[in-house]
Amino acid sequence: MRKKILSILLAGVMMFGLVGCGGNSDSGDASKEVNKSSDETKTSAPAELSGTISITGSTSVEKILNEMINEFCAIHPDVTINYTGSGSSAGIKDTIEKTNNIGASSRELKEEEQADGLKTEAFAYDGIAVVVNPKCGVSDISLEQLQGIYSGKITNWKELGGEDKEIFVVSREEASGTRSAFEELIKLEETDGLTSNAAVSQGNGPVQLAVAGNECAIGYVSFSYIDDTVKALTVEGIEPTVENVKSKTYALSRPFLFVYLEGEIGDIEKEFLKFALSEDGQKCVETHNGIRID
Amino acid sequence: MEQQMERNRVREVGERIVEGIFFLSAFMGVISALAIIVFVFYKGLHPFFGENAYSFVDFIFGTTWAPGKNTYGIFQMIVASVFATGGAIIVGVPIGVLTAIFISQIAPKPLVKIIEPTVELLAGIPSVLYGAFGLGVVVPVIQKISPRIYGQSMFAVIIVLTIMILPTIVTLSKSALDAVPASYKEASLGLGASKTETIFKAILPAAKSGILSATVLGIGRAIGETMAVMLIAGNPESGMPGSIWDKVRLLTTNIAIEMGYASGRQQEMLFATGVVLFSFIMLINFILIRMSKKLGGNVCK
Repeated sequence: MRKKILSILLAGVMMFGLVGCGGNSDSGDASKEVNKSSDETKTSAPAELSGTISITGSTSVEKILNEMINEFCAIHPDVTINYTGSGSSAGIKDTIEKTNNIGASSRELKEEEQADGLKTEAFAYDGIAVVVNPKCGVSDISLEQLQGIYSGKITNWKELGGEDKEIFVVSREEASGTRSAFEELIKLEETDGLTSNAAVSQGNGPVQLAVAGNECAIGYVSFSYIDDTVKALTVEGIEPTVENVKSKTYALSRPFLFVYLEGEIGDIEKEFLKFALSEDGQKCVETHNGIRID
Repeated sequence: MEQQMERNRVREVGERIVEGIFFLSAFMGVISALAIIVFVFYKGLHPFFGENAYSFVDFIFGTTWAPGKNTYGIFQMIVASVFATGGAIIVGVPIGVLTAIFISQIAPKPLVKIIEPTVELLAGIPSVLYGAFGLGVVVPVIQKISPRIYGQSMFAVIIVLTIMILPTIVTLSKSALDAVPASYKEASLGLGASKTETIFKAILPAAKSGILSATVLGIGRAIGETMAVMLIAGNPESGMPGSIWDKVRLLTTNIAIEMGYASGRQQEMLFATGVVLFSFIMLINFILIRMSKKLGGNVCK
């Protein structure tokens, strides 16, 4: 009897223990705002920085940026960084109008967005590979063709110079960052959106598996998911390699940029930008399937 | 005398504490159930009321799910969930019940010792492994025989769900069959009935209520399955499934696949999907309770 009561109590304690551990995890919450201020600890960083940075802009960089902010604030506990995901255009506009300290953009600046003293600093690249089954006869594809396939206008491989077989379109779940980047890059918004004939896989791995298992399939994944089981297509004749992403020749890629006005940023901002390019900062990029800057 | 009273008092306190622990445990379950119900219903019914409310009819009977365009219709998912579950029950229940009869009535002891633990082992396999098995084995096979170019389909879902509900059906049916008094069997055999006649005419009818609750629990398990199904169903966003070869998206997978990063209206709509799913589960539980009341005493009468 004693033993039983003890075990019940222990089970209870363990349960609460679990609850305690689970509370702090990053769960991709509805709120796009991160507010990290930690005044409880006073670790002695060499030159103690304190203050607040406000970052607004691209939502695509959210995961990488949140992790960078967490890491940075762990080193500099008196610094508070607020990040609001409002879209690249809004972020750049905020920077020009001096309503934020740093803007985040997931594309190059447009001509009309250039302003005096406006600087950009790339901290990561994003590349998406189009993959098909190794048995597929097609080896190159254009952005226009991709748009046709994913909007449902092109449904047979023979329209792309392959065999007379239906195309099995594999996409990602609605909330996926890779999907929104892919749809943006192939300009899917010009059409009626994703074809209802497309299968949806949750995650890069399942997409890769689905394509590996079906001769007629086409899908898209992060670069790190290319292996022997699938064949990566060249896009507009350019191979999907990290080098081609960095030289900006590969079409399905984009840079992640910080945008700021020179002269408007102080020591904390400079320190944060330095951190983003440091080994620790680049690790955050890698964790979330980004391509390192170096 | 005083010592005796002291001992009684200590015992009394001990009893109280133990009772308290029991009460707390029971309370935990009730609180959790209530919290989940309130949370899901509050979140899920929210988008249908107040300013710029979404039409509930469009939600239930719409067949297009496109959060990007603020269109949320789940009729195709309701249909897919109902048919996938129904399919699994139609295939799984006969197999399960026949397995239970074999274990309980026919098989020699050594064989029972192999079959029973194996079936029970099926219940303990994590559902994501069923999904991996489905993706690695079932989907490629279906891809070969299917008129479509892909194997991710309602058929694959039915096959995997059938395997998943087997342990539930077998275990519960076997208990029901074992509970049939030996006198039934003896009387039937004594009257000259064959072994098969005895099983189907005497034993099976007597175990009817247990087998029915096994079926209902199987339905509950099948309709709520998420992880395994997500890997093999294809999960298209829109479009009504026309045959068992078509890709489907079930209610559960719709929630699981999108909840991770959803926010705002989309998140609320996923909770609303949860409300529909919850209603199905409550309906099944209600049927189960009614049934066990109605048929409960059948065996011992």
